[in-house]
Amino acid sequence: MTKTYRVALLTGTLLAGPALAETTLTIESWRNDDLTIWQDTLIPAFEAAHPDIKVVFAPTAPAEYNAALNSKLAAGSAGDLITCRPFDASLELFNQGHLADLTDLGAMANFSPVAKSAWQTDDGSATFCVPMASVIHGFIYNADAFAELGIEVPKTRDAFFAALDKIKEDGTYIPMAMGTNDQWEAATMGYQNIGPNYWKGEEGRLALIKGEQKLTDPQWVEPYAELARWKDYLGDGFEAQTYPDSQNLFTLGRAAIYPAGSWEISVFNTQAGFKMGAFAPPVAAEGDTCYISDHTDIAMGMNAKSPNAEAAKVFLEWVGSPEFAALYANALPGFFSLNSTPVAMEDPLAQEFVSWRETCQPTIRSTYQILSRGTPNLENETWNASANVIRGTETPEDAAKRLQEGLASWYEPQK
Amino acid sequence: MAARKPVRWHIAVFLAPAVAVYTAIMIVPLFGTLLQSLFNTDGQGGRMFVGLRNFATLFGDALWSKQFWNALGNNAWFFLIHMLVQNPIGIALAAILSTPRLRMAAFYRTAIFIPTILSFVIVGFVWKLILSPIWGIAPGMLDMVGLKSLFAPWLGKEEYALTALALVSVWQFVGIPMMLIYAALLSIPDEVIEAAEMDGITGMSQFWKIKLPLILPSIGIISVLTFVGNFNAFDLIYVAQGALAGPDFSTDILGTFLYRTFFGFQLQLGDPYMGSAIAGAMFAIILVGVCIYLFGIQTRLRRYQF
Repeated sequence: MTKTYRVALLTGTLLAGPALAETTLTIESWRNDDLTIWQDTLIPAFEAAHPDIKVVFAPTAPAEYNAALNSKLAAGSAGDLITCRPFDASLELFNQGHLADLTDLGAMANFSPVAKSAWQTDDGSATFCVPMASVIHGFIYNADAFAELGIEVPKTRDAFFAALDKIKEDGTYIPMAMGTNDQWEAATMGYQNIGPNYWKGEEGRLALIKGEQKLTDPQWVEPYAELARWKDYLGDGFEAQTYPDSQNLFTLGRAAIYPAGSWEISVFNTQAGFKMGAFAPPVAAEGDTCYISDHTDIAMGMNAKSPNAEAAKVFLEWVGSPEFAALYANALPGFFSLNSTPVAMEDPLAQEFVSWRETCQPTIRSTYQILSRGTPNLENETWNASANVIRGTETPEDAAKRLQEGLASWYEPQK
Repeated sequence: MAARKPVRWHIAVFLAPAVAVYTAIMIVPLFGTLLQSLFNTDGQGGRMFVGLRNFATLFGDALWSKQFWNALGNNAWFFLIHMLVQNPIGIALAAILSTPRLRMAAFYRTAIFIPTILSFVIVGFVWKLILSPIWGIAPGMLDMVGLKSLFAPWLGKEEYALTALALVSVWQFVGIPMMLIYAALLSIPDEVIEAAEMDGITGMSQFWKIKLPLILPSIGIISVLTFVGNFNAFDLIYVAQGALAGPDFSTDILGTFLYRTFFGFQLQLGDPYMGSAIAGAMFAIILVGVCIYLFGIQTRLRRYQF
């Protein structure tokens, strides 16, 4: 025993050498696109202020993140800091004791209750991740193409479809860049993008959770009916078009309108050689209240079993600070800070997106809170239904009926 | 009285490493999974024994059974395409390659075998690009021969997607039956062929009447390998269509269904207990299939000793 201890001590001394007091923190994340931003901007800024702590950003591919993280946490090999998906995925990790309770963290005072809602227990008594950013849905358009064809930025649904008709008639551009191969764009950039205008944002979302509205109600079916109309404006072979295909079609200037999430901004800025603009999901009639999806998307929590809890807390305090908010929002235009301190952003497209927060009512994606807890999973079913509706293989009414039956099969208030 | 045979320790010693490794990484996890399928969460973070209830859910609950039968049906179609396309083409290629007059046989053999050693990920992405309606070369090539009208976004259509992917898999793996049959054809002794020629059996009829009966055991083995490989398949579908196996679950096979259930997907949390139940069902299907072959077919095959 003593011998092992002595050997361990000796190796420790040899290996640690000059960096004796240094702690290394590892961040688990699905944002592999952000690797350079973390390495070049965020981590150096933190390490400059805290020379005793080193930070390593270790992302996994987005589609594998949840599965990989769960396995790593179960095996005890996960990093110290965990990037949190919103709502149930993280709540489950907290309930299993993998995420530490961060309610008492000083930086939590910098966030509104809405910002924290995605990373709290249902009763709001414990918060387990520091909110980082939200993403806003809308449409990004090719401003040069709009100018060339003499199209005004549409404010109403009629104007929107008139614009699509005009682009289609002209034939130079594919009216709208979206495919159904990967399914999630149809739901996330389709249904959840235009839907809040129909179900009146939070009002409809909360009524659905309380069981006062059903997915078969008109305000939940009509967005599908609108999606079904999109079919005619998508490119040839959109059934096999993938998400990167759509991105490339738009940035290469072959498509005029892109149903977007604000996270596209930084990618599009580097790739598109034309002027871009953005508009919020069009409303039914001029002057109607508009609703946007301002979805709490990303946060950071702490591995409850981390041996470096003290250092991790120091880092999380920094993540919750206005300094981090300013750095992050400007390094990643399109990820909007949830910090209560307003952040000045330089990117015009990001400014356009965030300006809707003032004129429109924000909400989050309808399927994320509570409703995707059971089997069948409402979010996954919504992907499938949205893609089916756009491809025209299922009518909006049938899709809504199927989703409602699935939800009612396990969710008490909807029975 | 004859001396008792000495205990042959060296057999055990030589077998030990392989048995130990195989037990540790195959047999123990297999039984661990089968055991886990008999448990489920107790709602308090622990697990409890539920007997066969997971299987009752899988086959009895409409939500689960619909997905299971859909995946099994798709898997059967996937297997059928391999049996009807991959294996006959493999046999035909082997027969052509084994004709002595064929020049550059080594080149063809290598070229046809190369896709087999490629990663699923590469094959999936390459074919996705080839068939892409936007950047793919498939529409352009069809256009060159005036058949553009035949092009469809195959991977995005419910009625074609699974068949298209099965054919991609056939393209990738046709080298394996080809190689095995080729080896079997080469092992047919020249005397048998010469005797056939003496009797005036040459060309095609020589293949059908002499060679084919002699390679039937190899064809049997290939069928079993295809069966096991297809019912364990996952990678190609996952790479090309994602874990939701679109469009509308038309390419969902048992492997992707298992992955989705076991590890979860997007907002769907992983359920290791139901996942294990699906894995158990897959194991049973493969076991039954292999047993039917071993006891029903292989024992009846005529074997020839040279």
